[in-house]
Amino acid sequence: MSEAKKLAIIATKGTLDWAYPPFILASTAAALGYDVQVFFTFYGLQLLRKKLDLKVSPLGNPGMPMKMPFGPKWFKGINWNIPNLVQSLVPGYESLATTLMKQTVKNNGVASIPDLRELCREAEVKFIACQMTVELFGFNHSDFIDGLEFGGAATFFEFAGESDICLFI
Amino acid sequence: MADKELDARGLNCPLPILRTKKMLNELTGGQTLRIVATDPGAVKDFQAFAKQTGNELLESAEANGEYTFVLKKKA
Repeated sequence: MSEAKKLAIIATKGTLDWAYPPFILASTAAALGYDVQVFFTFYGLQLLRKKLDLKVSPLGNPGMPMKMPFGPKWFKGINWNIPNLVQSLVPGYESLATTLMKQTVKNNGVASIPDLRELCREAEVKFIACQMTVELFGFNHSDFIDGLEFGGAATFFEFAGESDICLFI
Repeated sequence: MADKELDARGLNCPLPILRTKKMLNELTGGQTLRIVATDPGAVKDFQAFAKQTGNELLESAEANGEYTFVLKKKA
């Protein structure tokens, strides 16, 4: 085996915002010469789907600024503090928030999730999908991108046990 | 003059580092890569990248909101 440092990540979240940390850290670590494995479980499985349809929800997330990605500077600076009750009643609110976040990401030169995922693959980051949650949520292996390994907790520990850094996201 | 140039202007973390790594793969040991970026976080990131990968950071400069780095690929 190589003497490279090892990074093991467990990715458990399936929203657009939380898709960033595992892919950013995995791709960067790979660029720094780490061997990287990411174990996707529960909602994290959404990040491995062929058809990515990730959304972000500001509902019940008081830490999320709601700002407009267009218009003059003073307008962009406004934080739209929309009450939870309104957010939950307005149809399409989540889709709107998702569209706005994607635009903000683009405006700031931040990579898209499909791009970051592809960069991870190119850098030979190993993706493992949790077989138990694949079945639990009624997914098929064909729902996911090619080249995955399907395994369980023991598979994760085989690599994680020898890792230098281990993160739960 | 550097052997290769990378325009990373407008890109944000971690793209400048990822593109740099990719481009370094195309160079041979001892050759240099010049990177221009606009992400202020890149200054610390390129120091950290050089330290961890063993590629030498020959130059790190800022002018008019643009950051220029020159890396020498590890032999």
